[in-house]
Amino acid sequence: MASTDIARGSLERHGLSDEQLRAIFRNMLLQRQLDNRGFQLNRQGKVPFALGSEGHEALQAGAAMAFDRGKDVLAPYYRDLGLCLGIGLTPYEILLSIFARAADHNGGRQFPNHYSSKAAGLMSFSSILAAHLPHAVGAAYAMKYRGETGRAVLATCGDGTTSEGEWHESMNFAAVHKLPFVMLVENNEWAISTPLAKQMAQPEIWKRAAGYGIPGSRFNGFDPIQTYAAVKEAMDRARSGGGPALIEGTCYRYLAHSTDDNDMTYRTREEVTQRRSQDPVPAFEAVLLEHGIMDAAGIEAMRKDTLRETNEATDAAEAMPYPQPAELYTHVYEGAWQPWQS
Amino acid sequence: MAVVSTTGSTVMNNVEAVRATLYEAMKNDDRTVILGEDVGARGNVFLITKDFIGEFGERRVIDTPIAEASIVGIAVGMAMEGLRPIAEIQFADFIYPSFNQIVGEAAKIRYRSNGEYTCPLVIRTPYGGGVRGALSHSVSIEALFYHVPGLKIVAPAFPADVKGLLNASIDDPDPVLFLEHKKTYRLIKGEVPNGHYTIPLGKANVLKEGSQLTVVSYGLYVHWALEAARSLQDDGVSVEVIDLRSIRPMDKTAILNSVEKTHKLLIVHEDNKFGGIGAEISAMVAEEALFNLDAPIRRLCGPDVPAMGYALPLEEEFMSSPAEMADAMREMVKF
Repeated sequence: MASTDIARGSLERHGLSDEQLRAIFRNMLLQRQLDNRGFQLNRQGKVPFALGSEGHEALQAGAAMAFDRGKDVLAPYYRDLGLCLGIGLTPYEILLSIFARAADHNGGRQFPNHYSSKAAGLMSFSSILAAHLPHAVGAAYAMKYRGETGRAVLATCGDGTTSEGEWHESMNFAAVHKLPFVMLVENNEWAISTPLAKQMAQPEIWKRAAGYGIPGSRFNGFDPIQTYAAVKEAMDRARSGGGPALIEGTCYRYLAHSTDDNDMTYRTREEVTQRRSQDPVPAFEAVLLEHGIMDAAGIEAMRKDTLRETNEATDAAEAMPYPQPAELYTHVYEGAWQPWQS
Repeated sequence: MAVVSTTGSTVMNNVEAVRATLYEAMKNDDRTVILGEDVGARGNVFLITKDFIGEFGERRVIDTPIAEASIVGIAVGMAMEGLRPIAEIQFADFIYPSFNQIVGEAAKIRYRSNGEYTCPLVIRTPYGGGVRGALSHSVSIEALFYHVPGLKIVAPAFPADVKGLLNASIDDPDPVLFLEHKKTYRLIKGEVPNGHYTIPLGKANVLKEGSQLTVVSYGLYVHWALEAARSLQDDGVSVEVIDLRSIRPMDKTAILNSVEKTHKLLIVHEDNKFGGIGAEISAMVAEEALFNLDAPIRRLCGPDVPAMGYALPLEEEFMSSPAEMADAMREMVKF
């Protein structure tokens, strides 16, 4: 289970520099600001939909630090704001997605949070859970086929997705071919309204690794340093030809599934409040303060800076135009195209 | 037909044409990989990829676990990451588990990423009946995928078309579902030009010219429609037979030009009638050429039952025959 008891005493930092630790924290603060902004814009009636990752901040900021930009590929799912920020997407790009503007990577076609960027190594994905995992495995196969060592695919999903057939098929194929593929499960205990106990009889997902004959581990996803260490170990092994791994980070989903969900219909306020007491953002703030990596003034300045960046990104993205109606018809196939050839 | 470097031709059946074309693709482009159930050591259940694994290695000829969704899904990921995969679904009936990967993913990669990602992928699969294949080795699947923008669907009938269209499909920058009729695999032989050539997707072929009736078909039934049309020649019945070859895109011009000449249209396909390919052709002709018609459009198609049964009478009842096609042609010409 997740714990607030993060590395008291001497900090085990797994090689992370002060600068990297501050970057992780900044990513976490930025996630909070952007999540909050999506929900605000929805409640203001400016956007039809938003979806937040609160509770996943430490896991995603830590995992992203183990991603090798320009080499690795990320195959995320829709609750991966922090991972996408951490591999190089900007708040402006996030807001373009939220506002569905023409300048968005997807041209305003996809739901918010369904980011993609070929330049960043971020694979396009849909809302259909686990459908992206065979793609991630196929990309890993291509890397291995071309003999590209030093690259790996980091794929993520929630606990709910591990029930899908394609989750299993992907794990199995990656294991058979010893692919450079790391399956990172962000276990937040809820699949919209369905708790873990109704999803699986054996709740420790990482243990399934044994069934595929690959390494597996579980870590506290409220601790970004532990997360970094686990993801880095698995990615390093994958990059150097050691094959895939299944790693599970425990966390919690603080918000409802999306702006269209009311989580009080299926879980109690008490449960959420109790888990809020373990919130990874203030917990990591305390670690940074305790170890003198940041001081209170620095944290306050960073908080203000992430709010400023979020505000500026919001204004800039909102000012951008929607796609033109004619854009509906582009990129169906290469070139202009109709089902009837004339 | 775009013949690039042809020196003569070779007689092949459809299996041999698929095999020769795949072999050429593997030889010419090391981004090409073949993946599917039993494509390696077994060389595919119809021996289409026999000995490929020895020549190209198991990295390029991949015997997959029995998992159709990920056969297609992994091929999608390979295509997104720069390979040119050719995925095989062992029998078209087994394609259902991969439906989402084809419809929800492959067909939408380019669109949903606004052109940043593409999915140059060929999915080959044997389909169709008349081979005692029963409920799960004889279906036609084209109508299920026909509705889907982002996909292309090809269903050749002749060995020369198999080669030209498969080459074009492999070169295509978008996902192509390549349908091979099982009954034609060894039944149909023909001259195949040597050397590399492509036939553009979306171009029909007028197999036989005629003046009194247009018959549009594809796959196995093209051969039977042709046989039926020829059998009527001596009675002075003049039927034009069009082989669509590609189902999506479909050659509207070829159909409309023919209907303008004959004023009558019969569509023949093995897949069941309701919501089938013939329905779309009928609607198109009704929208664009209604006043060229001298008779109601007719569709001779598979019955609206789940599939053809294993027992011979059930299979025969499902399938049309050249004689039934000839009867329908005669009736329409008389109308």
